[in-house]
Amino acid sequence: MCDSASPNEFAQRLDDYIDSQTHKKENLIGILHYAQEIYGYLPDNVQWHIAQKLDIPSAKVYGVVSFYSFFTMVPRGEHVVNVCTGTACFVRGSDKLKDQLESQLKIKAGETTPDNLFTLETLRCVGACGLAPVMIVDGKVHGRLHTAQEIHEVLEKYRPES
Amino acid sequence: MKLKNIEALNALKVKNRIIFETRHVTDPVSIEDAQGLSRHIMVCGGTGCSSSESPKIAECLEKELNRRGLSDQVKVFMTGCFGFCEKGPMIEIHPDNTLYVEVSTNDVVDIVEEHFIQGKQVERLLYKDPNTEERFASDLPFYHSQLRIALRNCSKIAPEDIHEYIAADGYQALAKVLIQMDPIEVIDELKKSGLRGRGGGGFPTGLKWELTRRSQADQRYIICNADEGDPGAFMDRSILEGDPHSVLEAMSIAGSTIGANQGYIYIRAEYPLAIHRLQIAIAQAREYGLLGKGILDTDFCFDIELKYGAGAFVCGEETALIHSIEGTRGEPSVKPPFPAQQGLWGKPTCVNNVETLANIPPIILQGADWYAGIGTEKSKGTKVFALAGKVNNVGLVEVPMGTTLRKIIFDIGGGIKHHKTFKAAQTGGPSGGCIPTKYLDSPIDYESLTAIGSMMGSGGLIVLDEDDCMVNIAKFFLEFTVDESCGRCTPCRVGTKRLHEILTKITEGLGTLEDLAQLEKLGNIIKDTALCGLGQSSPNPILSTLKYFRDEYIAHIVDKTCPAGVCKSLLKYEITEKCVGCTLCAKKCPINCITGSTKKRHIIDQERCLKCGACMEQCRVVGAIIRH
Repeated sequence: MCDSASPNEFAQRLDDYIDSQTHKKENLIGILHYAQEIYGYLPDNVQWHIAQKLDIPSAKVYGVVSFYSFFTMVPRGEHVVNVCTGTACFVRGSDKLKDQLESQLKIKAGETTPDNLFTLETLRCVGACGLAPVMIVDGKVHGRLHTAQEIHEVLEKYRPES
Repeated sequence: MKLKNIEALNALKVKNRIIFETRHVTDPVSIEDAQGLSRHIMVCGGTGCSSSESPKIAECLEKELNRRGLSDQVKVFMTGCFGFCEKGPMIEIHPDNTLYVEVSTNDVVDIVEEHFIQGKQVERLLYKDPNTEERFASDLPFYHSQLRIALRNCSKIAPEDIHEYIAADGYQALAKVLIQMDPIEVIDELKKSGLRGRGGGGFPTGLKWELTRRSQADQRYIICNADEGDPGAFMDRSILEGDPHSVLEAMSIAGSTIGANQGYIYIRAEYPLAIHRLQIAIAQAREYGLLGKGILDTDFCFDIELKYGAGAFVCGEETALIHSIEGTRGEPSVKPPFPAQQGLWGKPTCVNNVETLANIPPIILQGADWYAGIGTEKSKGTKVFALAGKVNNVGLVEVPMGTTLRKIIFDIGGGIKHHKTFKAAQTGGPSGGCIPTKYLDSPIDYESLTAIGSMMGSGGLIVLDEDDCMVNIAKFFLEFTVDESCGRCTPCRVGTKRLHEILTKITEGLGTLEDLAQLEKLGNIIKDTALCGLGQSSPNPILSTLKYFRDEYIAHIVDKTCPAGVCKSLLKYEITEKCVGCTLCAKKCPINCITGSTKKRHIIDQERCLKCGACMEQCRVVGAIIRH
């Protein structure tokens, strides 16, 4: 997730990364991954900047960003909660897990909590089917979540200590 | 430290073989005889177990062993996926091959004290068969009937150490190909072995390599398809996490055979651990001169680069994958031309699945005849299945082609969870179909599965029971396909949406019998006219459930019921005369739609009822609240 560097520092890091690529245009997806790592999302101006650096139309960059579900043009919260909705998790109750999360976080999938702490999304299969149903928070897999209490305990780990 | 030639490779192998003197994989000793010997603890470091803190378990083991003065004698290694994900975290101790399941950090002290100091097994951590209650220290029923070729090294070696791979005959196949064989011989061997693409297409691998080699060009490419997009499939993930070098070696063999100097591994972004292990493996292979210029003192130069997916199922289709590597939207192209003729950047390209590649080194070393001796007439070798869903033993199962579904689900899989009744097995992911009880004894191979209306697919095998609604399952797959459709062709972009709408109608109790005819007609049109495999196979879940579970569709439409009790709109909760008027259900109801006074039978307002089932969960009187 993005750290507290200044916009200029972000831009410098991104430019350094792009400059280090031998085949820049072909590595658009890798560059977008990197940009999203540092900015947290891919707003218009970042896409435009990348288009300039790669000397390609910004419509092309937008076409790629809008195609792949990993990329987002909307800022995410501090922690991204992904519910796996793959088949194995589905038959073991991922619907109920999603309902519980929506209820506990008081947002729908695709939204971010008002305090900007959690964004809730869905994901298709991380291959941890033995732990179904799973949710992934900031890339970390939490599995075998069947009760509201278990889900609550996982979320609590990510809340700041008051 | 670059390995200059094959002699250097062999010397390194011999030097490291000592690892396998402890890991008596095929020839274990008893726990008593193991006392005093050098011991290895293999800790499962696959995604599933890592999420359950297995790296912490490894750390705690090392600390405790140190505290008890055993660090010199007992070493701890993180490995790849053991495959038996249901029972993770798992550890295996050698040379006595003792397997402990569902291990936590709280068990570490007991393990060290009892297993290593007292020399006796920790009974409570041994696997217990849910049906017979028998405990197993090794040779678990889950592994007993498996034949692990693609998964041969998973759990047996530390995947982040190239020395271990080399000790396990790693890169010997590449050496043999570069020094003793020519490309035509390699292709003939592969053709003779009968190896077919394990990603789902089932195309003969030898032929694919031959066609790529034959295409005239100044540059060719080999791509490893590690996009494993089928939900519920994790075979490739486990191979990449547990034995990444096997894929690198196979790609090098492919490169030297087809005439490519550059390989790409296209890996989905959802697999960070696999990416990490591959990055380490590639760096090590380069350091040891097994990737780069002049490999093993030959003219062969080859390197591999990682390319990342970004969450698009369609990029598992080879032409879409190629476009993705080229930096564009992952939209498939019409075939022909096939990638073998015109692929990445217009050059001949061979796209192979991870599991296909993992089979290459053993075929080269043990010979095509050995491989062709396994499996059925047209489907040779083994297949890795990701067994998941309503089965007791969720995990990875590698069996010879031709093994029956019954054996996989009821023998290896340990049967249906909670003693429920088997209903169907779903194979082939969103492109596949459901297999009902009457075909449980079908041999699993490419042709047999297609004949009964499903397909092999990449190996995902989801088990469904009496509580799964087949109409809802079909709807689930269509939801997936609608989401993942690239949008390029009308049959898929619009057709799947219409299919999904009809299914939604049916699950909401608004379907008509005409809708069934419409589903079949539209489904067949999409199969015939969609641009790529995603669209062409998208109606399969519907067509196969209509074929075998038509009665469930009819129940939804005519009787307005969901026999499995899943489709909320068709459920009705009712309070019977057995109600004692305790008011618990009324208090629990989230929208207060239950009325009634104390000690009197309560009533649910059916107009407002959400069908959430909270009242039934709360009720303490058997039969007071029923669902139908």
